[in-house]
Amino acid sequence: MGVELSVRDEPGMIAAILAGDREQYHELIRPYERSVFKMALSFMKNEADAEDVAQEAFLKAFRKLADYRGQAKFSTWLISITLNEARGRLRRQATVRMESLDESPEECGHISPALLRDWREVPSEALERKEVRQMLQDAIANLSPLYRDVLLLRDVEEFSIDETATALAITTGTVKVRLHRARMMMQKELAPKLKNASPRRRWFEWS
Amino acid sequence: MVIECKHVWDYISDYIDGSLSAETKDLVQRHLENCEICSAILDSTRNIVVLTADDQVFELPLGFSERLHARLAAEIGQADTSR
Repeated sequence: MGVELSVRDEPGMIAAILAGDREQYHELIRPYERSVFKMALSFMKNEADAEDVAQEAFLKAFRKLADYRGQAKFSTWLISITLNEARGRLRRQATVRMESLDESPEECGHISPALLRDWREVPSEALERKEVRQMLQDAIANLSPLYRDVLLLRDVEEFSIDETATALAITTGTVKVRLHRARMMMQKELAPKLKNASPRRRWFEWS
Repeated sequence: MVIECKHVWDYISDYIDGSLSAETKDLVQRHLENCEICSAILDSTRNIVVLTADDQVFELPLGFSERLHARLAAEIGQADTSR
């Protein structure tokens, strides 16, 4: 989330908005549209609901802007609001399902990765294919909430460990433990599929 | 000191983030040099982390930005809760 931040005076923009220059809010949030949508989509699993959650989150952030004290980065604060909005929406939609997902039987268990003998790099060009993007989206969406939240912030939004801890109000130690498990679950789920994803194109096989 | 594969797996995430102590990193590295299974696990995990961060995974729907700013303009324009 490092878009144009070097030339932006966010505290100044926020002060101006609070002083009545509401138009500036449009500029303030522009670099974060994608981040907020990504966050919402990985929760809602369909684009229409995700777009709705994203809009609500931006509106809520505007209404609560006076509460933002600059203790965390604006982006971190905004993502926390999005997270709460998405969670609240899911809870209202399917209370029973959320509860069952919230139990995390693997919290204490050991996660074994998928065992492979070799790995050929899957280049980012593979993401041009819809089925590969879908594979990744599904793997993230299917993580239980504890792990999904940490993975989303750290690996999708590329927050630091500290920022992730702040946004979720948990310790950095907990972030690391959950992140490790989440990444292992992703590897276990995706490595065998991705390995077969491009059977005809054998990267670097001539070595 | 030699460590087993199972213990190496516990360090993979921190290894990718570069947050292991020099001593542990060294242990893991020496194991990786001689273990093709752990190397493949590390490479695939790192590869998946890189793909996960790619902006292509979650694309904005067409017109997302326009609809968002139109709604904000409509609601921010009339809302006057603080003054």
